[in-house]
Amino acid sequence: MKRIEGLAKLTGAERYVDDGPADAGLGMGPCLWGMTVRSPPPHARGRVKEIRYGKGGGGIDWSKLVVVDHRDIPGLAGGRGVNEVLMIGTDQPVLAAEYVRHVHEAVVLIAGEDREMVRRAVAAVEVVVEGEEAALDYRVEPTAAQVQGGFDANVLKRLGINKGDVEAALAAAPIVVEGEYETGAQEHVYIECNGMIGWVDAAGVVCVKGSMQCPYYVLNALKHTFACDEKGVRVIQTATGGGFGGKEDYPSVIGLHVALLAAKAGGGRPVKMIYDRGEDMQATTKRHPCLVRHRTGVDRDGRLLAQDIQVRMDAGAYVTLSPVVLSRGIIHAAGPYFCPNVRVDGKAILTNSVPYGAFRGFGAPQTIFACERHMDVIAARLGMAPEELRRRNLLRDGQTTATGQVIKAHAPSPGTDRVALMDRALVAAGWAKKKQEHTAFNAASDHLRRGMGLATFWHGAGFTGSGETYLKSRVHVAGLPDGRVEVRIATTEMGQGTTTVMTQIAADRLGLAADRVVVAVPDTTVVPNSGPTVASRTVMVVGRLVERACEDLLVRVGLGKDAKGAVVGEAVRRWHHLRNAEGGGPRGELIGEAVYRAPPGVQWDDATYRGDAYGTFGWAAYVAEVEVDLRTYAARVVDFVAVQEVGSVINPTLARGQVAGGVVQAIGWALMEEFAWKDGAMANATLTNYIIPTSDDVPRGGIRVEFVENPYPHGGKGSKGIGELPMDGPGPAIANAVADALKEFGVEPNRLPLTPERVMGMMEKAEAAHA
Amino acid sequence: MPDDGLIEVPLTINGAAVSVRVPPTDRLLDTLRYRLGLPGSKEGCGEGECGACTVWLDGLPVCSCLVPTFQCRGREVKTIEGVDAATLAPMLESGATQCGACTPGVVMMARWVAEHPEILGSHTMRELLAGNLCRCTGYDGIVEGMARMVGPKGTHHGGADSTEKKSRGERV
Repeated sequence: MKRIEGLAKLTGAERYVDDGPADAGLGMGPCLWGMTVRSPPPHARGRVKEIRYGKGGGGIDWSKLVVVDHRDIPGLAGGRGVNEVLMIGTDQPVLAAEYVRHVHEAVVLIAGEDREMVRRAVAAVEVVVEGEEAALDYRVEPTAAQVQGGFDANVLKRLGINKGDVEAALAAAPIVVEGEYETGAQEHVYIECNGMIGWVDAAGVVCVKGSMQCPYYVLNALKHTFACDEKGVRVIQTATGGGFGGKEDYPSVIGLHVALLAAKAGGGRPVKMIYDRGEDMQATTKRHPCLVRHRTGVDRDGRLLAQDIQVRMDAGAYVTLSPVVLSRGIIHAAGPYFCPNVRVDGKAILTNSVPYGAFRGFGAPQTIFACERHMDVIAARLGMAPEELRRRNLLRDGQTTATGQVIKAHAPSPGTDRVALMDRALVAAGWAKKKQEHTAFNAASDHLRRGMGLATFWHGAGFTGSGETYLKSRVHVAGLPDGRVEVRIATTEMGQGTTTVMTQIAADRLGLAADRVVVAVPDTTVVPNSGPTVASRTVMVVGRLVERACEDLLVRVGLGKDAKGAVVGEAVRRWHHLRNAEGGGPRGELIGEAVYRAPPGVQWDDATYRGDAYGTFGWAAYVAEVEVDLRTYAARVVDFVAVQEVGSVINPTLARGQVAGGVVQAIGWALMEEFAWKDGAMANATLTNYIIPTSDDVPRGGIRVEFVENPYPHGGKGSKGIGELPMDGPGPAIANAVADALKEFGVEPNRLPLTPERVMGMMEKAEAAHA
Repeated sequence: MPDDGLIEVPLTINGAAVSVRVPPTDRLLDTLRYRLGLPGSKEGCGEGECGACTVWLDGLPVCSCLVPTFQCRGREVKTIEGVDAATLAPMLESGATQCGACTPGVVMMARWVAEHPEILGSHTMRELLAGNLCRCTGYDGIVEGMARMVGPKGTHHGGADSTEKKSRGERV
């Protein structure tokens, strides 16, 4: 099935948050333009001494502007407003009060009709900060003066996994291999920047609409700050131009900002805030930088005996989602291998950087990079081929992961053969033949070196542990009077294809044509809370709930659960007809409902981190071929094979698009996306010098995507999660390929991104060591 | 210039003659989006890097965020709203759009190549698209859709396949 909103997007007819009429269709006057005054560099931390309005003076008519700072918050919510952004914690203020914890922290909001005047007003506000010693390097222990937030050594979260006896196994192991692996921050660069419109409607309801992944996260944040229940707030998602996690937590902040400005403006006047690229890059969340240390015991045949892994992540200045990112990071840290003794010690470190947040993969790409790079380092130490080391250690059904989860088939489907998956990728990539060709090529070329790299990996599908059980997601499928059905979910379309796939799932389940199914606009007054659009859970978890809600609908109209086709539309129409004929009262709604229940037999203990971390995993083997130019030190991916098992593939075009897109995002992370930091702020916050892949940075033959299908009985139409998996493997596959290409020089590309500057640095270091 | 500081700019947009009064600082992108009710062109970066705002100016693709509107006096602008939807079926079928924010710019570039296939004699599609950043698709769906839209005209001029093979071969 073709993407439902595809033609609207191709013709420019799709309406995003900044594309509507000037009054946002509300008839209460044109939107005011909202903007944000932020704490200035160089102080990443310190007391706010003074806010001076009118710096530079002239031409600004303050009487025409709406100005909000932290002192307004209680009053704007009937005296009960709370200056906290509700996420996992509540430590982040909506607007900084006496203290700032990072550069570019929001301090004052200004709105007005004339966008240019608002811009000048923002520039005319000076936030005077009395600087204190900031903690800017998460990799080192903080000094006493840098410790903050009431945390011990700035550790805001510590999580661990323990299996077997690591110390004893390491002591007994014939070979112990150590390594240190580091990955940098990454900016999402969704092409549509964050943007939101807020207004207070005639009934006093605080309303927000805009670009977001998770309407109910924004709703909960509004409820918290405005100290009201769900009747006092309303959130609507507009077409969203990319998210990748960057619109998971941050929209709560900008949603609160427009809501406060609208409340202060009064008169039902809408306020629109659209970030430009610079502000979006400087002020919103990014992927967590991460440092991982491995100490691994192996026997002479390459069997893993013990894995001792330390994970250290930069959380930035507030908690945001870091505890959960750390959790997923440590669970994936030991890789898809069997090892009897595993210890993972994970720490998220508070620093005075802009807070890090959700980004596709959510901690797993970082630890999988370390694991897969380390596997190649171990193989090199043993003089063993990297694929052979993996072949000996990949999980077989019946074996246990680091958390003690038994990997097994999901009846009636067969188990997944992870070795066969790897072999398929190796064959598709022409691994053995290419290796031979490269040896000859590299010997003959004076300035080019080619190499091949492999990564075998996994990604836990859906929320970790008992997350889904706590969420209790709810889905409605409504039968409409004309016999069509409407899928009502808060799970959003942001480009990944939710609308299309949910239509397919409902149409299939009910035997209806696709045009008899509509997917409702996510509006919290219409759609129930089906959970956030994150964690590759949409098709698998919410899709399954849509199937069950369809079944419930069938029962409500007096049909059997397996009824399909024309009878369904008939029965829905008849239900409405009877209801209207009988009543004369308010029209009832016909709604099929489903609430999440865990698949049988899944057990997880949050206290000990033991048990089934995920209901199931996606499995993959990726192969990268790179070419490094020794004159420019530029590494280029010339071929890429991505083989994965993600359950059933429901829409091949969309699924391929998820994988190709994820791989290319990861190529950027691996080779080019580098942050320049100055005093904890992003110094290269433009697309001119924060470089993401273009069409010409992708292998000319495209990303070669293959699926092994093995239906997961508890996922929508047999699916598992797919969205994040392709972000996990390319980093290490590419780094391993660079190591292979440059093996004659003995370099160890253990830090991403492998920019030309970094490759040059490695080469110079290697030369110096040999001299 | 009248007293209100606005400049009268007559120009042709999607074949229709219009006249707009704009401040001298208005970019063509702002004028299209906020004054003429044509929000199809998107702002992705505001500095000519991402190409989401691509329109044709006198028949050539440009970033409308880099063009002051007053420079468009008497000139011809074509935007995404002026593209014939019927030509875009191959892009839809190949998965050329995901979130859609880059898409209008991508389509303006792809349609330009489709109407000037001779350029594929000297440039690959991937080179021609390098000024349009997409963060969703990994570009393969776009390149495939574009190749299908260009059709045999492109391969005749040494399009996607042969040029790509050639440039890869040259590296040896």
